[in-house]
Amino acid sequence: MPVRTPGHDRDVVNASLLLGVAVGVFGLTFGVGAVSAGASVAQACAMSLLVFTGASQLSAVSVIAAGGSVASALGGAMILAARNGVYGLAMAPILTGSLPRRLLAAQLVIDESTAMATAQRDPDHQRTAFWVTGGTIFVLWNLGTLLGALAGTAIDPETYGLDAAFPAAYLAMVVPHLRHRTGLLAGLTGAAICLVLVPFTPVGVPILCASAAILLGIPQPRAEADSPLQEGTAGVP
Amino acid sequence: MTWTLVLVLAAGAYACKVTGLVLIGSRRLPPVVTRCLALVPAALISALIVKDTFSTGTELVLDARAAGVAAAGIAAWRRAPLIVVILVAVVVTALVRRAA
Repeated sequence: MPVRTPGHDRDVVNASLLLGVAVGVFGLTFGVGAVSAGASVAQACAMSLLVFTGASQLSAVSVIAAGGSVASALGGAMILAARNGVYGLAMAPILTGSLPRRLLAAQLVIDESTAMATAQRDPDHQRTAFWVTGGTIFVLWNLGTLLGALAGTAIDPETYGLDAAFPAAYLAMVVPHLRHRTGLLAGLTGAAICLVLVPFTPVGVPILCASAAILLGIPQPRAEADSPLQEGTAGVP
Repeated sequence: MTWTLVLVLAAGAYACKVTGLVLIGSRRLPPVVTRCLALVPAALISALIVKDTFSTGTELVLDARAAGVAAAGIAAWRRAPLIVVILVAVVVTALVRRAA
């Protein structure tokens, strides 16, 4: 999601809240998906509270749903979680303060809070955008998960086409990453690796192997800046 | 789904966040590492899309999901909001499945 650069605090807050609401609604989908993958309502909620990084949660749940092992579910999810470490590096200069405060901030370091913060010009607005976006998404993502998990036990996801909701959500998340050449190449390579391996390897392994596509980042780019922080992401936390 | 998975993933995900923000802080990583990590979402999420659209377990399948996800792809590329992208996928998949 392209993020404008609002000049006023109120604009920052409004934009952050709006994004939070959109992501919160998506929490519903995660809740439904997690429960239909065999998670209990408590497990779905614990995941959203404690893991709180959507792509990893979705990935873990969909590998398990497809019959994959815990190890392969964990592997793919952890590789996806690693990017939050990179976001944390970028946020470190503005998120200063006491250790408890920074430990709390760490849990909110996700795609959206980082994208929203880095879209602001001065450190004050960056801090506001980070905390408001991260906080709003945290509350609504967890509320959405709870409601979705409760509803998910009562409906058959396939009847309503809900099994297409995960890949669709991934799509919305990945598009901003594919708008530059290296990203597109990595995306196509990752998808191709996965497709080729699906019939021959245990569930979850194709996803792990697809991560080899990140090696396309090794050559020095010529003009293009490939910083992950230039990309606003439309996705989930 | 097991509690082991939930708790180990929770610990691992938080460790990643803390490592970046608190432990490494503003020290810089080698540019080549940063460039590779920047490609993680593109590579892995694309793979997840393909898996969730074209496979059931270890079998490649072409069913209603492909139509739904293709429609969602068009919506996402045209920068439709997240909710719209998901709704398009869900509705098209359900309709195609019903028609089949």
